[in-house]
Amino acid sequence: MSAVTPEIQRVSGMRRFKDKGVQFLVYLAFAIAVVPLISVLWLVVSNGMARFDMEFLTHSMRNIGARDAGGGAYHAIIGTLEQVALASIISVPIGLLTAIYLVEYGANGRLKRYISFFVDIMTGVPSVVAGLFVLAFWILILGMPFSGWAGALALAILMLPTVVRAAEEMLLLVPNDLREASYALGVPKWRTIVKVVLPTAFTGIVTGVMLAVARVAGETAPLLLTVFFTDSINEDPFNGPQMGLPLYVFDQAARPNDTAIDRAWAGALTLIVIIMLLNLAARLITYWRSPARKR
Amino acid sequence: MAKQIEVTDVDAYYGGHKAIEGINMTIDARAVTAFIGPSGCGKSTFLRTLNRMHEVIPGARVTGKIRMEEQDLYGSDVDPVSVRRTIGMVFQRPNPFPTMSIYDNVAAGLRLNHRYSKSELDGIVEDSLKGANLWNEVKDRLPRPGAGLSGGQQQRLCIARAIAVKPQVLLMDEPCSALDPISTLAIEDLISKLKQEFTIVIVTHNMQQAARVSDRTAFFNLAAQGQPGKLVEMDETTKIFTSPSVKATEDYITGRFG
Repeated sequence: MSAVTPEIQRVSGMRRFKDKGVQFLVYLAFAIAVVPLISVLWLVVSNGMARFDMEFLTHSMRNIGARDAGGGAYHAIIGTLEQVALASIISVPIGLLTAIYLVEYGANGRLKRYISFFVDIMTGVPSVVAGLFVLAFWILILGMPFSGWAGALALAILMLPTVVRAAEEMLLLVPNDLREASYALGVPKWRTIVKVVLPTAFTGIVTGVMLAVARVAGETAPLLLTVFFTDSINEDPFNGPQMGLPLYVFDQAARPNDTAIDRAWAGALTLIVIIMLLNLAARLITYWRSPARKR
Repeated sequence: MAKQIEVTDVDAYYGGHKAIEGINMTIDARAVTAFIGPSGCGKSTFLRTLNRMHEVIPGARVTGKIRMEEQDLYGSDVDPVSVRRTIGMVFQRPNPFPTMSIYDNVAAGLRLNHRYSKSELDGIVEDSLKGANLWNEVKDRLPRPGAGLSGGQQQRLCIARAIAVKPQVLLMDEPCSALDPISTLAIEDLISKLKQEFTIVIVTHNMQQAARVSDRTAFFNLAAQGQPGKLVEMDETTKIFTSPSVKATEDYITGRFG
């Protein structure tokens, strides 16, 4: 058999054609993915701007008649901020500690496998089920009142698996070299985790928590069952019904008159702006904490 | 400061796999001991048993006795954390803490263990960096991140970090294998300087390096892949490199295998 010497050839027309074709498909897929995002943003901004004013941000719906213009979402904004903050206060420490257990202490034990399994199941729990659980357990069985706190409990259940998974991924990314370097300095394991592992994973964990917050801030179903509903300002999340922005949008959008529909759009816009501001804050924190800044 | 280490009948396992078997040796104080041998013969594993870093790996365990000046390092009442505080370690790849500045990296071991006053810390950081021959290069940028230094500087930073906690013994696991010749020379000079104060054990794949820096050399080998590694012989470095008593050592050093 004679050896075939390879030749340097011109790119064949077919390959060039395939290359361009696939490139076109990739761009097309990107465009298709972006169209809904842009259109949602555009719709919300263009429709929401009509009522996105000071009155909207500083007034509640108290004494606003069914057909009246005016009114606002102050009570709902307060509610959403308090409920999401409480949900984070519950779920972030538990989620972070769970992730630390899974990565640093679990080895390959049975408990680790069980926890991992249940976290996966929790990820798949529909939000309305979390709401129903809190309604059944906290409100019906324990006889607690409808409140922002009950809503926060439901949101915390939804946040928890996201926080655990995000933190776990980030802790796994911390190179083992760093843990060993710390052990070799005679630093105990818990201090190594607190002073070396967590700071290294900090940026990623913050991003993961923000994603979890963004996810639950828009939940309507669990709030419907737990915070109940109100048109008045209730700044105390532990007592009496509260409002939430998603609930507000849901309520206003179901009303037949244009003034209410406008308020619904403005409420949706407010929710998006709040999430964007929270994300911005998280970015600033991670930027401020990153070692690259000191270079 | 420096202390001698006495090793008797040490075996080390990874799960069911026996990585090293029946190691007996004495590591002299204030001297450099080099471990040489082919890859996989258990040099690094043995090095890690000396400061109880081996057991950090899940499933890993050690049998036998390691004594440092009459103290059994594997005694049931011995805290492994305090062993590691006494026997420091420098790794193959430089691994400064990425979230910390140069200053914080050197101070890490101190700060993570005790409280020190600012002036005390400043003094120890300066001494350690001087000890690692790095002070002149970094004294004007101590607050900058340690990860911004070159590879050789990072490795010297890691050495500074290790000597800042004032260990008795310093273990070095191929400290120059990721470095260029000039940085290697800097580290070797440093090792010769450090041996006046510390007991130093260095694992190396570089024969010339072992010959240049060490006082005594231990040759490790394994019978076959999958078999545990063993200590073949240990002697004065000059003797190992000129007239070794075992044929395998001579073959390895002259490059006939490995």
